[in-house]
Amino acid sequence: MSYTTSIFYFFAAILVFAGLRVITARNPVHAALFLVLAFFTAAGLWMLLEAEFLAITLVLVYVGAVMVLFLFVVMMLDINLDKLREGFWDYLPLAGFVAVLLMIEMALILGGRHFGLDVTGVPARHAADYSNTKELGRLLYTDYVYAFELAAVILLVAIVAAIALTLRRRKDSKYIDPAEQVRVRRGDRLRIVKMQAEKKGSGPGSPDSGGEGA
Amino acid sequence: MGNLYVDWAAVQAVVWALLKIVALVIPLMLGVAYLTYAERKVIGWMQVRIGPNRVGFQGLLQPIADAVKLLMKEIIIPSGASRGLFILGPILAIAPALAAWAVIPFTDTLVVANIDAGLLYVMAVTSMGVYGVIIAGWASNSKYAFLGAMRSAAQIISYEIAMGFALVGVLLAAQSLNLVDIVRAQAGGWQQWYIWPLLPLFVVYLVAGVAETNRAPFDVAEGESEIVAGFHVEYSGMAFAVFFLAEYANMILVAALTTLMFLGGWLSPVNVLPDGIVWWLLKTGFVLFLFLWFRATFPRYRYDQIMRLGWKVFIPVTIVWIVLVSGMMQTQYGHLFH
Repeated sequence: MSYTTSIFYFFAAILVFAGLRVITARNPVHAALFLVLAFFTAAGLWMLLEAEFLAITLVLVYVGAVMVLFLFVVMMLDINLDKLREGFWDYLPLAGFVAVLLMIEMALILGGRHFGLDVTGVPARHAADYSNTKELGRLLYTDYVYAFELAAVILLVAIVAAIALTLRRRKDSKYIDPAEQVRVRRGDRLRIVKMQAEKKGSGPGSPDSGGEGA
Repeated sequence: MGNLYVDWAAVQAVVWALLKIVALVIPLMLGVAYLTYAERKVIGWMQVRIGPNRVGFQGLLQPIADAVKLLMKEIIIPSGASRGLFILGPILAIAPALAAWAVIPFTDTLVVANIDAGLLYVMAVTSMGVYGVIIAGWASNSKYAFLGAMRSAAQIISYEIAMGFALVGVLLAAQSLNLVDIVRAQAGGWQQWYIWPLLPLFVVYLVAGVAETNRAPFDVAEGESEIVAGFHVEYSGMAFAVFFLAEYANMILVAALTTLMFLGGWLSPVNVLPDGIVWWLLKTGFVLFLFLWFRATFPRYRYDQIMRLGWKVFIPVTIVWIVLVSGMMQTQYGHLFH
């Protein structure tokens, strides 16, 4: 076995194991962490395919941000897995249909030579200094710029919608304007009162000891 | 395929890579150890104290003594803790902190792996560091640890965005993701460093770096006065020390990245002096000194103020500056930003 093939099988084994554990782990936090492992190994596989930009972005976006927020939520919820599994048999036919569909799709790709897929040929390997990132950026901003901008606008709409749906102004909020806080001067908060010192029966005492400790 | 043979060239490459990693990690660990010493000394002086001065000459052996003490201590695993994850926490904290160093160049040839997407790699790997904190906080089965982990995770996620945008500015200016190329693009004396055209991004990156490493004044994740010590409250002995190693390794990493991207890396500030690793060390040391200085100067931020600074100040500032830089590059003044 060549070096890359053995690495592929190593990653693939971890990926399949992690994927299985995502759906079998009893603890939802463990399941989410196995999903993180699955993403990370998938990134390793993409690296083998010379898609280094996609691989690193997968780690950066999904592992570094999405899954962190996911874990955040899962850790704070009190999820009862037995309750979640109640409808298992009801959903099985639908899930089975999706699974069969996925298997057919994979078979079409894996057995592609029987369906004439091999006319596209194997993509050529690139030299070490070939920059995947640059090529991808150039394509996205020239040939596919409209599609790219459209996707960006759709995402923006989704962001605005998510905020608009959850935004509510609470009447009892104790929000303070930071600008106002910064602008506060001593005179607004503090009043210095000048008082006559109380006369003590005896003792010299300095003439202007008043005002202290008021 | 199929027949078993040993590819000696591959074996040699692996051994060579391992040697390089060892040659990087040992000085890094020493740097971490003596950064703790420097921190105690510097803050001591700033507060008109002496700092550690008992172990060895001027207290120079203090970090070694601390390490030995922590190694001898028992690692206690709380009875309600999730055992496997409790041990995994510190490992996941230190692994990214060390792995990111693979692409950090010290001079134009002295680098473990000079990869093309170096900046992306650093961003991806450092974004994994938050898992150590979250897992440690959750697995400890303690409310203080959990609250600390929540605070820390929210803070790291928030400042990562501003940090990433600051890096986009550098990327625009250097037109490369390769860290060696980014430094080379700043050649030609101190006035060519990216700190000048990208000054707002430099400030954002530095402050976000302090927040990312959970250092004072952004250390609400530890918050002794409210949540004891935050996410690592249940850890003892070496497991606790590993979290500290990770924090300090991350500090040096942020300082090194600031040096590479904004302060010209190993390039000398004036043309008459030769470039070299000594400049890299001086600049990184200066940025690290800033970290210590901040800690001795500023009181801890309130949590909502941290969130406000990250989302409402830093992100808009970076977006405006990125638009400005990319706009200016299309005009006749573009050379000012390269």
